[in-house]
Amino acid sequence: MSILEIRNVTRRFGDLLALDDVTLTIEAGEFFTLLGPSGCGKTTLLRLIAGFDEPDAGRIFLDGVDLAATPPEKRPVHTVFQSYALFPHMTVRDNVAFPLNMAKRPLDEIHERVKQALEQVHLSDKSGHYPHELSGGQKQRVALARGLVNKPRLLLLDEPLGALDAKLREQMEGDLIALQRDVGVTFVFVTHSQQEALALSHRIAVMNEGKVEQVDEPDKLYSFPRNRFVADFIGNINMLAARVAETHHGHLVLQATDLGAVAAPLVKGVKAGDTGVLALRPEQVHISSHAQTPELKNHFHGIVRGLLYLGDVTVYKVELDNGMEMEALLANSAPGRAKFFEVDDDVTVAWRHDAGLFFHD
Amino acid sequence: MKFVHYALEALAGRLVKWLVSLPPTLFLLVFFVAPSLIVVLASFRYPGEFGGLASLLPLFGADSGLTLETYRFFFSDFVYFEIFLKSFGVAALTTLICIVMAYPLAWLIARSPKKRRDLLVLLVILPFASNFLIRVYAWIIILGPFNLLYTSFAVIVGMVYVHLPFMVLPLYTNLEKHDPALLEAAQDLGANAWTRFWKITFPLSLPGIFSGSVLVFIPVLGMFAIPELLGGTGDILIGNLIKEQFLDNRDWPLGAMLSIMLTVAVLALAGLSAWAGRGKGRMA
Ligand SMILES: Nc1ncnc2c1ncn2[C@@H]1O[C@H](COP(=O)(O)OP(=O)(O)OP(=O)(O)O)[C@@H](O)[C@H]1O
Ligand SMILES: [Mg+2]
Repeated sequence: MSILEIRNVTRRFGDLLALDDVTLTIEAGEFFTLLGPSGCGKTTLLRLIAGFDEPDAGRIFLDGVDLAATPPEKRPVHTVFQSYALFPHMTVRDNVAFPLNMAKRPLDEIHERVKQALEQVHLSDKSGHYPHELSGGQKQRVALARGLVNKPRLLLLDEPLGALDAKLREQMEGDLIALQRDVGVTFVFVTHSQQEALALSHRIAVMNEGKVEQVDEPDKLYSFPRNRFVADFIGNINMLAARVAETHHGHLVLQATDLGAVAAPLVKGVKAGDTGVLALRPEQVHISSHAQTPELKNHFHGIVRGLLYLGDVTVYKVELDNGMEMEALLANSAPGRAKFFEVDDDVTVAWRHDAGLFFHD
Repeated sequence: MKFVHYALEALAGRLVKWLVSLPPTLFLLVFFVAPSLIVVLASFRYPGEFGGLASLLPLFGADSGLTLETYRFFFSDFVYFEIFLKSFGVAALTTLICIVMAYPLAWLIARSPKKRRDLLVLLVILPFASNFLIRVYAWIIILGPFNLLYTSFAVIVGMVYVHLPFMVLPLYTNLEKHDPALLEAAQDLGANAWTRFWKITFPLSLPGIFSGSVLVFIPVLGMFAIPELLGGTGDILIGNLIKEQFLDNRDWPLGAMLSIMLTVAVLALAGLSAWAGRGKGRMA
C-alpha cells in the first residue's frame, strides 16, 4: 500500500525550477532514498513533504489525504535535520521527550517510551547530558530517537550522515538499516552519496535539476540505468563514443570511434546511423596480458597508464589505441599479489558482447 | 634541546600575557581600586565643619579621627532603608517594563531581512546622538500638559525611555543568533507557535534578558538626574541621596557610606542571582 503520493509537484524560486513536475509513490515500510547532485531539489522536496514550504503546482497525499491544508505541526511526519537541530537547553532525555510532550501523552508513557527510544540508539547512559556534551555521532542518534519516538508515519532524513567521518558513517549506515527494520517506520532519506543510497535503500529516486530521472531498486539502477545521467551518477562507468553500424536480432554492432567494431546488447528504438556512447562498468572490463588469447568477442589493445590500489581491488586506467582511457577493476584476490600489471604494460582489454549499454544522443 | 625550546616558548608566552594585561591592570588599580578605598576610608571619617572631611590630625591625639558614627546613623533611621527599598523597586519595575517593551522590538529586528537589521539597530541607538538632559527635558514638555509631571509615573517613564536601548541591544544580539532550524524542528515535532516561543525562543533568550537586566537595573539604581527633573518631592532615590550629600549637604562621610551600602546591596543581589542561576550556564 502506498503511504505517500507526490503528484506532479512543481516548485519555482524566481526563475529557478527547483522541482519540475515530480511524481513519486512511496510504499509503507519502505526505505526510500532521494539521490542527486547538490542543488537538484532534494531538500526542497523534503520541505514540501514536511510542510515548511508549499508547491506551486501539484499535490501531496499522505495515506490518501491531501496534505495541503495541514500545517507542519499537525503532520504525522518528522524530520531529522542535517544540522540535527537538537534543543541546546534541553537534556538528551528532554529532547527525545519533546514530541511526546507535544502530543500530550501521559507522563509514565513518555518516560517509558523515551527510555526505550534511547535504548534503541544505545544512548541510555547519556540521557542526562546536554547536546553540547555529545559527539557528532551521538547527536545524530539523539536526533534519530527524537524523530522516531512518537512513531510518525514518515521519517524524513536530510543527509543525516553528511557530517560524520567515514568510519562512523559506515557504522551508522548499518544501525540505520537495523533501526528502520525494527521500528517499521517509512524512511525518506536524502543523500548525494550514491554508495550510501545503494547500501541503505529499498528503492532510490535519482534526481537531476528538479526532475526525477529514474526510480528503481539499487541493483536495477546500477545494472540498468535508464539514461546517461543515471549511468554516470551511480557508480563509475566508462563511456565509449560510438555509432550504430548494424542492428541485429539479439545485438547491435557498433563502430567505436577510431577503434573498430564492438558488439553490444540490443537497445529498443535504435537504428543504424545513430550516434551515442557505449557505457561499460569498470568491473565488466577484463584486462589480460598479451600472450593470452581472449575468448571474448570485444577485445582491443591497450597500455596501462595508471593504477589505483584500493586494497580489496585495484582500478587500472588503460589507454586504448584511439586515445580513450578506460577503467578496469580487478579484485586482488590472489594471495601475496598486490597487482597484476604495472604502468606501461601492454594489455588486452576485453568485455563480453552482452555487457554494457548503448545510449544514443 | 627541544625541552629548553618549549620552556622558553612558554616563558615568552607568559611574558606577553603579562605585558598585555599590565596597562589595564594599572589603570584599574589607579582609577578604580584606589578611589574605592578612599571612599571606604571617607565613610569612617568625620564630616568637616565647612563640608568635606574633618582633618585626620587628631589621629595623633586621643581621638583617632575615625568613627562608626555614620553607619550608626544609617541603621538607626528607617528613612534610608525606605529609600533603598524604593530605589530597588523603581529599578526592578523599570527593568521589567524594559524587558516587556524591548522583547518584541528585538525580536522584530532579529527577524527582519539582514540588510535592514543594521539600520534598525542604528535607529535604536540614535537617541544617544542627542544630549541626555535634552531628552529628559523633552519629557517635561510632553508630560507637562497632561498633569503627569513630578510624579512617580514620570520617573518610571523617563527611566524606561533612557534605558530601553540597553535592553534591546543584548536581547537582539541573543535572538539574532538563534538557529531557525530549532524552531522548524520544534514545529516539525508538533509544537504550535505559542509553544515554540515558550519552549524554545524564550529559554534560549534568558542570557540576553539577563545581560539587558544588568545593564538597566544597575544604572537606574544610581540615577539621580531623572528623579530630580521629572519626579516630585517624594521621588527621592539613592542616587539623589548620595548626590545631595556630596553637593548640597557637603556631608562626605554620609555620601561615601551610602555609596558603599549601594555597592554592597548590588553585589549581594548579583551573588544571589548567580546562586539562583547556578548550573544553568550550559543553556547559552
Ligand atoms: N528558499 C529558496 N529561495 C531561493 N532558491 C532556493 C530556495 N531554496 C532552494 N533554492 C534553490 O533551489 C535549488 C534546489 O535546492 P535544494 O536545497 O533542494 O537542493 P539539494 O538537492 O537539497 O542540494 P544539497 O545536496 O546541496 O543540499 C537550488 O538551486 C537552490 O539554490
Ligand atoms: Mg539539501
